[in-house]
Amino acid sequence: MSAAARTVRPVSIASFAQSQNVRKDDERNEVEGLMPVIAEVFGNIGITKADVGFICSGSTDYLIGGPFSFVMALDAVGVWPPKSESHVEMDGAWALYEAWVLLQEGEIDAALVYSFGRSSLGDLNEILTLQMDPYYEAPLWPDIVSLSALQARALIDAGKATEADFAAIASRSRRDALANPKAQVRNDTAPEVLLADDYVVAPLRRHALPPITDGAAAIVLAAGDKALEWSDRPVWITGFDHRMETHSLGARDLTSSPSTAKAAEVAGVAAGKIDIAEIHAPFAHQEIIVAEALGLDDSVVINPSGGPLAANPMMSAGLIRIGEAAERIRSGQADRAVAHATSGPCLQQNLVCVLEGA
Amino acid sequence: MADELTTDAADLGPVTTLATPIRLDFDFTPGVAQSRFLRGLEQGKFMGQRCPSCNQVYVPSRGSCPTDGVPTTEDVLLANVGTVTTYCVVNVPFAGQSIEIPYICAQVLLDGANVSFMGLIQEIPTDQIRMGMRVEAVWVDESDLTPSLASVRYFRPTDEPDADYDTYKEYL
Repeated sequence: MSAAARTVRPVSIASFAQSQNVRKDDERNEVEGLMPVIAEVFGNIGITKADVGFICSGSTDYLIGGPFSFVMALDAVGVWPPKSESHVEMDGAWALYEAWVLLQEGEIDAALVYSFGRSSLGDLNEILTLQMDPYYEAPLWPDIVSLSALQARALIDAGKATEADFAAIASRSRRDALANPKAQVRNDTAPEVLLADDYVVAPLRRHALPPITDGAAAIVLAAGDKALEWSDRPVWITGFDHRMETHSLGARDLTSSPSTAKAAEVAGVAAGKIDIAEIHAPFAHQEIIVAEALGLDDSVVINPSGGPLAANPMMSAGLIRIGEAAERIRSGQADRAVAHATSGPCLQQNLVCVLEGA
Repeated sequence: MADELTTDAADLGPVTTLATPIRLDFDFTPGVAQSRFLRGLEQGKFMGQRCPSCNQVYVPSRGSCPTDGVPTTEDVLLANVGTVTTYCVVNVPFAGQSIEIPYICAQVLLDGANVSFMGLIQEIPTDQIRMGMRVEAVWVDESDLTPSLASVRYFRPTDEPDADYDTYKEYL
């Protein structure tokens, strides 16, 4: 364990659940989509809401186009018995971070974290424009695909990647997703075939883009006796950090991710061998940038779940990386894993979570 | 050209206001439970759902009991009549107002429901509205019914005596 890891209260990922990831769930509302996920995340370990001391969610009103959708979503959990509750207008991975910080204080021993997002209700490419600086950038409506293409172009120009690398990442992700029944895009297509796709925005072809996904996810965190009681093989969080870069794209080197590197350093990624990495890189080329920033070598299995190229539910895709990594430790496939989540355009903000088996 | 722009911009002084029009369009998915409520309106009926845990009836239900967090699966057909639990007489004009002021906006607790429901009260002078008044829904013509609250034109008083305060005091 790293120096940072020794100072934290051990907290475990006690349970994980995610919805089926689909292009458009036009039958159920947010609450109806969340309820089965909440029921499953509690049911996995035979507990109820009464067993957790805190609830934290991650979502954004921009996806549904209505105010306070996170308050409405609480109907999926219920208000009785009353619980301390919080929300972040971010991916659920950051909600998990908030819950983890609260658990560090030692007053509670368990927390529920959930996230949801329905990207299908509006034009996601336009919605994501509104996360830009509102004075100089957003009024120009720079869409996220075009901005990511600029980043991919910079990566190619720097000699760090080729279009064939992007195709290889997309091919591997969707082939691995064949073993993940919750994934949305699952197929076995060779990189050479993918390279025949047309450009969406050069140098990004369709395969290098994430799917548009409706979905939800939830995790129960446990510390102390509850962690041992609720799992035969607790999965411990041994390092956790998140860092942010400037919002001004022109002031960043888009071919690297210093915020990921800093978070990885504080989380202690390099303190031991990493078996698997779940990387939240919505665009294929971003996996190359994040893997380098995390300091991963070629022995690390990246995104065995299929990753965000196989299912990218906004606000949940980062939390799902942590859940998927934890499940592989719990099943014995891995002993030490790193999960990553991102937010903002072109990997602006990054979160790194190190997980270890008992 | 660049020099001209610089000169003009300098003459205009600092920018203090910036208008950036934003418009986004969204689909709305009412969900399974709320769709049943809307389909009920299309037939001139109020459809609610009951919580299997606390037995409260919600109208409309969003598919879960907000208290217990469990799915509401039992459909409940509610009465066309209810009780005014509280009200407001609107005297202030505002942009887009479609009803002539003054008018009454009230919370109506439909018989059989455990949450009240907002509606207009008409066919009564505004100074005669009161808590406990019994009212009934007046629907649009059958051919004009749609899966929308626009199917309910308004509520109007019935001939019944006022409801006893104890019957609605929990719903204020």
